Amino acid sequence: MSVLVYIEQRDGVVKKASLEALSEGKRLAEKLGGAVHAVICGASVDGHVDTLKQHGAEKIFVQNADDLEHYNAEGHLAVVAEAAQQADAKVVMVSATALGRDLGPRVAAKMQVMILPDVTEINPNGEEITVRRPVYAGKVHYLTKSKVMPVVITTRPNMFDVAEAAGAGERVELSASYEIKSKVVKVEKSGGETLDVAEADRIVAGGRGLGEPENFKVVEELAATLGAAVGASRAVVDNGWRPHSEQVGQTGKTVAPSLYIAIGISGAVQHLAGMRTAKTIVAINKDPDAPIFKTADYGLVGDAMQVVPALNDALK
Amino acid sequence: MNIAVLVKMVPDTAATIRLNADKSWIETRDLNWVLSPYDEYAMEEALKLTEAEGGEVTAITYGGDQSKEALRKALAMGAHKAVHAKKEGFTDLLGTANALAKAIQAGSYDMVFAGFKATDDDCAAIGPMVATLLDWPCVTEVHKLEVGGGKLTAEREIEGGHEVFEASLPAVVTAQKGLNEPRYPSLKGIMMAKKKPIEETEVEDVEPRTETVGFEYPPERPEGRIVGEGAEAVPELVRLLREEARVIE
Repeated sequence: MSVLVYIEQRDGVVKKASLEALSEGKRLAEKLGGAVHAVICGASVDGHVDTLKQHGAEKIFVQNADDLEHYNAEGHLAVVAEAAQQADAKVVMVSATALGRDLGPRVAAKMQVMILPDVTEINPNGEEITVRRPVYAGKVHYLTKSKVMPVVITTRPNMFDVAEAAGAGERVELSASYEIKSKVVKVEKSGGETLDVAEADRIVAGGRGLGEPENFKVVEELAATLGAAVGASRAVVDNGWRPHSEQVGQTGKTVAPSLYIAIGISGAVQHLAGMRTAKTIVAINKDPDAPIFKTADYGLVGDAMQVVPALNDALK
Repeated sequence: MNIAVLVKMVPDTAATIRLNADKSWIETRDLNWVLSPYDEYAMEEALKLTEAEGGEVTAITYGGDQSKEALRKALAMGAHKAVHAKKEGFTDLLGTANALAKAIQAGSYDMVFAGFKATDDDCAAIGPMVATLLDWPCVTEVHKLEVGGGKLTAEREIEGGHEVFEASLPAVVTAQKGLNEPRYPSLKGIMMAKKKPIEETEVEDVEPRTETVGFEYPPERPEGRIVGEGAEAVPELVRLLREEARVIE
């Protein structure tokens, strides 16, 4: 029973999240008694074949075409569907990145099979696969079982270990045909060194307790010192202080960094749901009764405008 | 321009979610149910487009009797029509997507909007699945949209930036926060919604391909502690982060 993993690449780099999926795909394939294969497409992706071989891929399905450089659903979907057929894949895996959240459901619909989205744990038993999915933004976990194969699984980034283990790495040329109906006309990167909050290993987040938008500069300075991404509570995003791309919580991003510093964030249920799996949580808040202190490993009661610059100086 | 909007009821995001006694489902007593927040963005965008260009908005939901409430909310916001693809009991995602695609095909729409995910199961799958079944282009998690001349330009966030897509109509768009500010239903809208008819459609009974094993609470975090007050406590906090938590150098 073979497993096929879609590999995402951007700007000539294979996404770490895809290597996580490939590594988990290999572990899953071993339990199922089959092989793991990879599929990759883009304008010119042959340079990645070796990387995928080193991470356990037995076959590597490749399609190069200029119109596959950026993601377009029709092209990438056709390539995955073709590879799934050639590999006789019983499980198709995609990392649940911005691209994967779009592609995974389409693969399932096209194959008329089920999808288990955004999983954090995969346990097969014969043809049945039980997965763990955080739902309600992580307030509770849902254990669900697929009874029929094939099945599509998308894996949550940062939840599965990357393992190096060489596979046969046989390159297989694909020539799937497709009709493009949607295409990327522009890609804009966030300015400068900005880290994305969903991918960052450290996050410094601010909330309404900072008093006014200008005071966010202490959050930004501390984030810069720590090499952290800036996060924000729903309240300050709704007030227009910060962009939605920084929002952590149920209507923002779910994050799992090793360090999360919450500054002036009271700790509403919907915010806690988005960051409670951080390894270490620090809360700085002037209200000693703020609910965030119940979730934080380390709490510091005080005025953010005094405490945060002092913390920044101490860490420099 | 005629637009279908896929809508669903979910527990209020402010709610604490508890599990029932045997942890086979969430405890639904005492929960306050709302239209899924992202569906509100989808509804608002559809209403804005039809207000500018004419046409009708049809809200479509899938599920048992109680899911009808989503249609009342959508009608109260200003939807012209409502379709209920009615089926009691558990359905898997593919079954839901197939039923919704069928309900869409029964109408005549230039666009379909949906929230990019429902804030209960967080699947984010229905929109792109329905688009694939309809063989329509689709842009997901859109926070900026322009529609005109038989095509759309949509912006979506990716890790560390954003992408701008162009697609031809008909198309499916799933809404992310930032797309617009959803309107509140007016009192008149709420009164009218009670009188507007809801069309019911038949849904094929399909054996679910997945089943619920159960629910669990996430692991409890160990009890934290207050390190101290004010800037004087900073050195102790830094020491703990270095030596105990070992998350900084």
